[in-house]
Order: sequence, then structure tokens, then C-alpha cells
Amino acid sequence: MTHNIQLNSEGKLKHFLTIDGFDRALLTEILDTAASFVNPRDGQIKKVPLLRGKTIVNLFFENSTRTRTTFELAAKRLSADVLNMNITTSSTAKGESLLDTIRNLEAMFVDMFVVRHGISGAAHFIAQQTAPHISVINAGDGQHAHPTQAMLDMFTIRQLRPDFSKLRVAIIGDILHSRVARSEIHALNILGVAEVRVIAPKTLLPAKVETLGVTVSHNLIEGLQDIDVIIMLRLQKERMTSALLPGESEYFKCFGLTEEKLKIAKPDAIVMHPGPINRGVEIDSKVADGKQSVILQQVSNGIAVRMAIMAMAMQHNGVMA
Amino acid sequence: MTQLHIQHGRIIDPANKIDRVGDIYIVDGKIAALFEPPENFQADTVIDATGKVVCAGFIDLSTRLRDMGHSRKGTFKSETRAAASAGITTLCLQPDTRPAMDAASIAEYIKDLAEKANYPQIYPIAALTQKLDGVELSSMLSLKQAGCIAVSNANEPVKNLLILRRAMEYAASHDLLYICRPNDFSLSNKETIALAECLELAELTGCRVHFGQLSCKRSVIKIHQAKKYGLNVSADVAIHQLHLTENDIIPFDSAYHVLPPLRTEADKKHLRQGLANGTINSICSDHQPHDLDAKLGAFPETESGVSSLETLLPLMLKLVAKRVISLEQGIAALTHQPAQILRLPSGALTVGFSADVCIFDPELTWQINNDTWQSRGINTPFWGQTMTGRVTHTLQAGKIIFSLNN
Repeated sequence: MTHNIQLNSEGKLKHFLTIDGFDRALLTEILDTAASFVNPRDGQIKKVPLLRGKTIVNLFFENSTRTRTTFELAAKRLSADVLNMNITTSSTAKGESLLDTIRNLEAMFVDMFVVRHGISGAAHFIAQQTAPHISVINAGDGQHAHPTQAMLDMFTIRQLRPDFSKLRVAIIGDILHSRVARSEIHALNILGVAEVRVIAPKTLLPAKVETLGVTVSHNLIEGLQDIDVIIMLRLQKERMTSALLPGESEYFKCFGLTEEKLKIAKPDAIVMHPGPINRGVEIDSKVADGKQSVILQQVSNGIAVRMAIMAMAMQHNGVMA
Repeated sequence: MTQLHIQHGRIIDPANKIDRVGDIYIVDGKIAALFEPPENFQADTVIDATGKVVCAGFIDLSTRLRDMGHSRKGTFKSETRAAASAGITTLCLQPDTRPAMDAASIAEYIKDLAEKANYPQIYPIAALTQKLDGVELSSMLSLKQAGCIAVSNANEPVKNLLILRRAMEYAASHDLLYICRPNDFSLSNKETIALAECLELAELTGCRVHFGQLSCKRSVIKIHQAKKYGLNVSADVAIHQLHLTENDIIPFDSAYHVLPPLRTEADKKHLRQGLANGTINSICSDHQPHDLDAKLGAFPETESGVSSLETLLPLMLKLVAKRVISLEQGIAALTHQPAQILRLPSGALTVGFSADVCIFDPELTWQINNDTWQSRGINTPFWGQTMTGRVTHTLQAGKIIFSLNN
């Protein structure tokens, strides 16, 4: 890579587009900053005036509930003004190009775009094209990356298991179509975990997935051995109709996480899921709602982690020098 | 009688195994003699080629000149000017014109556009199937009679193998070359499986097949095996595939969006070896000029392709500098080899041949910028870079169609 557009001339965070290319120090700084927003006594997040007077646009070209609302809450906790734009029902329907949408919003003096888009690279494109004072945060682009989700998962893991170097992490399910999985694999490797293991049938794994720095298993029972952290991925229904899988029930039988299979992992293993979950498809309700599940903790942590990323990006953009 | 004298150049003509300094004598648009003047020769024009290389004009097997429904991207005038400045004297036009090259009238219209651009040596490649949809055969014989030099389905795969077999049988019946760009969209641009199928059909149908714009290691291996086995096949590679890999892509920079996509170091290495050992016969530009809007967007939404006529020679010379191939091999891959594939009496400085000549200075450096670039498409990942090697004169049928500093 010739140059990382995510960093400014001093090597500080400017845009947050993909985990790939960041170093451990920067990821750790994000996690530490996020921790500073959380009240250690009750876990509540205080409102801080860091981004007062700033305007943040949530630019969502794809549907989202969790990600959009936690970004909105994070922005409000930072005292910024937030504009939510649901573009699927807006100007692109009238034929306006992505770039023209951006130009128009720039003309309204915004300071940050939080972008979710169905096309890989959309957030990069906006970061390349937008005015220099504007920061861009990727809230999920195509099958490429979902870096804030990965960071909130890292935050959740660190809360419960502070030493990454000892951890064996399994990511289970549809790795092929998952931008979450790609970002998590990068983040886990940068933070130096002992092992990242992907568990899925070959139809749901990218070709040469090992080159991402993972070990591979096609069998959940074998794959769960010695695992400290289990990350389940959502299985979308349309995968059944495109000859990737024979059916939901067979998938659940082979790769669905049940209480019984959970026992194969380490006894104190934690269970994570980026949501939304498909009960009875990739995960049994007893596990999703069970003691080892930290799925809702992940959601809560989304606010502090997104606050940290937004604050750091704006801080190093010359805006808050 | 027009007479033209090219003096003191290093004449490199791989077809005739010539590499020495000397003169070329051109009379009435044809090569009249080499080294010694023909009788009664009185030059009207003299070109001093001291310190330069003189070779046959380049033959490009895969270009798009746009125009028709695409004139924002390029016109015959702008793109043939770029071709002339790049030493290219013969162009084969891919059939994915708009509308597609599936009717004799379109081929005739192309010939008209070529005449008007004062660059007559443009050969359309006919669509293999109507509208390139892979369903119904095109009128290949009429298209051939209208001047098409081969048939191809461009980047569109013929999904039904029975239709592909019949199309190849029909092409073979009229002694038409099938140019196959192996591609299977359903396997996300996998080329080797489509290539293997086409090799089987080449044997079955007896159709002459040329594989265009190869990009994979395993394609080179398969072509090597097929040639060894005795199949009548040939292959080319687009010049950028010999230089760039996935590692060179600036993240999501659409200038690197090409089809087939940039692949791995191992693929590039095998493509280079294949060119060096003759498995790959020729190099093409795969020129695809675009307007700015076509490249302005999120990477997968932009149009693929590089504007590449003008980097063809310097990038070939870079392979010579890196000792991947010899200069003679590089020139053969741009002249004699494509002429053989197309069965054209050109690509060589043989006495009696039409005087298609390229004169270039192998040491001259130049920067790619708005002042030097001729194509309307500035979509090249090499923009702003300094290149070594530049064409100084181009002759098409004895007529000077380009001269540097003019």
C-alpha cells in the first residue's frame, strides 16, 4: 500500500474506513479512549462537550437499526448535531449520483459522514472525494469492511479477557459474505491473539482464506476445542437459494451453536454475535440468552467505541487542535 | 512515385531475422529495399533515424476506439491519433461497440469512420453471437465479407456450451479465427475453466482459436500443454498484466479497475515466463478509453479498462530493461506474431510488404501528462509517471501519420 488515506500527515486518525493498515497502538488508543467514556461504577456513558457545534451526517444507503442508532447516540453523547439520512428513499431514487449527494451535503457545512453502503469501497470513494476538513467513518460497505463493529467487539473482548495474546477466537458461519468477519480477523491479528479460527463449510469461506491469517475448520465440534471467544455470524436466508447450503435445518445441525456444543469450548468461553440473530438457525435461544452470551453487552459498547472513533477522527482533522 | 528514405536506423525485423544498422527505401507505399537502394531511387523525403530503432508498425489485437454510442470516451479521430503516436499501424476493434458488431452494416460504418479519421487499417472483429448475448449466431460470413478479421464475444461469455460449439463449427466452416477472452462471470471472472472448455471445443470443432488477454498462471500452463499436444491455438496478454498485480492497487482507486482483474505475483511471473518462452505469442494494449464519470464512483460501480495505446511501447521496453524478454522478442510480440495470428501480410519489413513502419528512440524519456497524452481517456494507473522510449515517426502504407515535434 502506497499511502493510507485514513491517517493525516502526522499519522493520526482522520478517516476510519478499514482496520487493515492500522497498527496495534492506534487500535489500543481507540479502546482506551472508549473506556474513558464509560463510568466504571455503573457502566453509564456521560455526555461530553467534545464535538459541540459539529454536524455529523449519518448517511445510510442500506437499512440498519443497531448501527445507525448507536452512531446517533454516540454523536449526541459527544454533543454534536446529528442528521440521519436514509438514502434508499431519497435523492438517489431520483437518479442523483453518490458524488452529487456528497457535494450537496458538504454545501450544508457538515463535519463528518458516517456511511453505510451496499457497494464495497463506497466509504473510501467518499473519503477520496470529500472536502479535506470532513472525516468519513465507514459503518459497513458491501462485503468489504465494518470496522466499528470489529472495534466494539474488541472492546467487549478486552473488558472480559484483558490479555489478547492468550486468546483463541473462533468465527463461525458465513465468512464469505461477512464484512464483520473481515474486519474482525484484521483487528484480532493486529491485537495479537494466539489464534483466529474460522469455522464454516467451504461454500461460505473465501478462496485462500488462510492468507488473511486464520486457521480453518469445516467441523464445529472439532473447531470449538480450546476456544476462548466464539463469534457467531448471521446467516442470511438467501444463501439457501443460491446453492451455498442445502437448508436451514442441516445448517443448524452442523454449525448451529447449542448448549451441548458450547461445552466443547473452554468452560468460560464467551459467545458473541454482531446481530441481528437468527434464533434456531445459527444459534439456539438457550445460548443466545444464556450466561456465556455477551451479545447485548456488545450493543451497549457500540456507543462508547463509536464515540471514541468519532472524537479521535475529528480531533486529528485540524478541527479541534 | 513517392519515394521515402529512412537512414541510419537500427533495423530490427524479427520475421526476417534482421538486426543491424542501415537504411530502408520505400516506394509507392511499399518496402522497396533494405540496406542498398533500388534502381533509380530518388528520395522525396528523408528521415534520419540515427540512434533510433526502426521496425514494423505495431499490430494491436484488442482495442476500443469508442465513437458511435460512446463518443464521450473517445472518437476514431482522437484514438487513432493516439495509436499513430504510439507506433501502432493496425488495430483490431473488439465487437462490444455500441451497437455490437453483429451486422455487416456496422462493419461498413466502422470502415467509413476509419477512412474519415485517415487511419484505414482498422479491422473490426465480428460478434460471435448476435448482440453478444450468447444465444443466436451472428451472420459471420457477411461480417467477414464486410471486412471483419475474426469473431469474438468480447468479455461476454457464451454460457451454453452447445451454442459455443456450434458457433465455433460455423466459424471454422468459413475459416474464421475465433478470439476467445475466457471468462465465466458465474465463477467471479474465473478464466481457466472457460479456457479449458474452449480448448476442448477447439479440438472437437477444428476451429482456429486465439486466446486474448490472459491473466492467470494456470491459463499459461494450459496453453503450453495444448500447444505441445499440437492444437492450433495462440494467445496474447494485455501489457498492464505484465507489470501490475493486486498488490499495486491503491485501495479502491478505479484506475486499477480492469477486466480480467489484476491478480497475484505468481500469475504475473507466469505470464512473463509464458511470453519469454513463446507460450504467449503477442502483447496487446487492450485499450479502453473512458470519460471521467465512468471512473468516478465506488470501485465496483466504475467501468473497467485502461487507456493504454500510448504506454504499449514504453512498458514493453521496460520488460526488455528488466531482462524478461529480448528487444527482438518484444518487437516480434507487437508485429510479426500478431500478423501471423491474423494471417496478415504485414508485421515485417519484407520487401513488397506495405510500408507500415515504426521508428522509436529507446532512450527518450517523457512524462505522461496532458501535454504528451493523445487519447481522450486519461484512465491509466501510470498517469504522471516518467516513461522511457518514445515513438518519433509512424508510417502507415508509406504515409507519415505521426512525427514527434510536429
